[in-house]
Amino acid sequence: MTRETITLAGIDIELFEGGNGAPLLFLHGAQGFAPAQPYVGLLTQHRHLIAPSHPGFGASALPLWLDSIDDVAYLYLEFLDRRKIERIDVVGCSLGGWLAAEIATKAPDRIGRLALVGPVGVKLGPTDKLDIPDIFAMSQEKAARLIYHDIGKGKLDFANMTDAQLTTIARNRETTALLTWEPWMHNPKLRHRLHRIAAPTLFIRGASDGLVSAAYVEGYAKLIPNARVTTIEAAGHAPQLEQPEEFARVLFDFLDA
Amino acid sequence: MKAWHFSETAYPYLPPDSEYESIRVSLPNRIYDPKKGAALYDRFIEEWQVAEEEGVDIMLNEHHQTATCVDPAAPLVLAALARVTKTARLLILGNPVANRRQPVRVAEEMALVDVLSHGRLEAGFVRGVPYEISAGNSNPVRTNERFAEALGLIIKAWTSHDGPFSHEGRFYHHRQVNIWPRPYQAPHPPVWISTTTPSGAERVGAQGFVQATFLTGYEGTRRVYEAYRKGWREAGRGDDVPINRLAYAALVYVGESEAEARAGAEKVLWYIRANKVPQHFAFPPGYAPPQAFARIMRGELGDQHANFSAQATVDGVINAGLMMAGTPDQVYAQFRKIYDHVGGFGHLLIMGQAGFLDHDETVRSIRNFARHVLPRLKAEMPDTAISGFAAAAAVQ
Repeated sequence: MTRETITLAGIDIELFEGGNGAPLLFLHGAQGFAPAQPYVGLLTQHRHLIAPSHPGFGASALPLWLDSIDDVAYLYLEFLDRRKIERIDVVGCSLGGWLAAEIATKAPDRIGRLALVGPVGVKLGPTDKLDIPDIFAMSQEKAARLIYHDIGKGKLDFANMTDAQLTTIARNRETTALLTWEPWMHNPKLRHRLHRIAAPTLFIRGASDGLVSAAYVEGYAKLIPNARVTTIEAAGHAPQLEQPEEFARVLFDFLDA
Repeated sequence: MKAWHFSETAYPYLPPDSEYESIRVSLPNRIYDPKKGAALYDRFIEEWQVAEEEGVDIMLNEHHQTATCVDPAAPLVLAALARVTKTARLLILGNPVANRRQPVRVAEEMALVDVLSHGRLEAGFVRGVPYEISAGNSNPVRTNERFAEALGLIIKAWTSHDGPFSHEGRFYHHRQVNIWPRPYQAPHPPVWISTTTPSGAERVGAQGFVQATFLTGYEGTRRVYEAYRKGWREAGRGDDVPINRLAYAALVYVGESEAEARAGAEKVLWYIRANKVPQHFAFPPGYAPPQAFARIMRGELGDQHANFSAQATVDGVINAGLMMAGTPDQVYAQFRKIYDHVGGFGHLLIMGQAGFLDHDETVRSIRNFARHVLPRLKAEMPDTAISGFAAAAAVQ
């Protein structure tokens, strides 16, 4: 994939791009975008993947005024305008799924098909119970057990990483906190806007996802007119990492339908 | 030289620390017995009154969801102290303004305490330690930015007297700011800020506020004070930084004999030893720069922090400059040593009660310090002394 820096609303944004086929906007989750991941190679076999690092993630800048997923949504609408892309398929993972849903409510006619992978972004359950567990109030080991089906796959070898890699991981985590802290992992307004989404929508959930429950995804899907849910076995919150082939198959079945 | 009796009003009656994950944030409050807590407050307030009688001023602070400091609303305790004391200065260090949603409310609380105490308030402000983030549901990112905006708004609220002004900032919005009462002291109560980093201290120096630093030891304190003096000078405040701009907080126990002092010091050490906090509360994302977290991920800082707390010894913390303990002569010598090493400071913030140090033990140390150490410090280090190394050499 190529990597370049573009400027959106005055913010330097790191943009990865590559592959052949119809364009597909990929919106990463809390861990940022890593082009070396196997699923990226699978997606670029059939699609022209466009994957920005959100502000404050990867090498993208973060201005002081920006503090919400809603803010980021407008940047990517600006990006579509800039590229003169009238309509595009979008896949978003975790907080990237939230972001994709925000974009789709703001400009329903710009989205061809919408795939939300373990998305957060809405509050469905009771006041006295978090819909999404508070991963910042538990050890990172415990959080990893919620995130991964096979915790071995999620184990990052910090000792053998460079300072730059570790700093990027820490910064991604910081920006995740900034964007999701309060209200926790959701925008209270979003659920009242989801009915505007016109695109056929697929929710993809890893069967072992300990952050985004099956009931949450079902409830989320009911708020979008043309949505359904599919589950990937032996995967947690990031099925694209744990089951890349199955993820690509499920995704293309939907996008090419 | 001023000395301040600082008590964190801790609740020490806890199960063994192997039975809980954290003394902060998540420790269930069923462990807190309100009757025992009320009795503790009776004696803590009495200890502050003893300090006043002995010519020692009064300091308290605020923490949330923790047994280490059961004072989640320090302005309330300060208001009580304003009415049961007559002469002591009352230092709150501090208001955790990065976690307070309404800076104008903080300005009101402080102005009210200043009036209730007839102008004895010393108003301290802190960003808030990392463990306060969860308790306040406060976004851990941009706390420094919120702190700076809130402090500016508070001082403006204190010093604006001609009807409402408006504030439309990055973090706070207020269209009709016009606080009643206004502060008793003019233009406003002295402002203190606690910082443990050189970059923070340089900013405080440029603003000329009182800089306090906690348990930073010989080298850390020296770095912080040097940065303060640099900031002060570069802001055009003059070459001379009076010692009364600088404060240092240490654990202190003064006994008549070495044995008595050692016994007291062991009990005061609870303050450090009892601070069992897991990494996810001690290092919330964004509280420190990503570069610092890179070191934590390598295990460099996290382990240091845990080991420091669990393995602290009286001799270790005395040698590190975190504690002064012994007979009056010994405490004087320990004080003098760190004073000279860091270039001088005008306020000693005495962590003089912790854990199971009982009322009589606490009072004995306050009196021993006030009667046998403080007079020497006041004589040798007047408030108007100049800090920095040339000045310290001249005093000797």
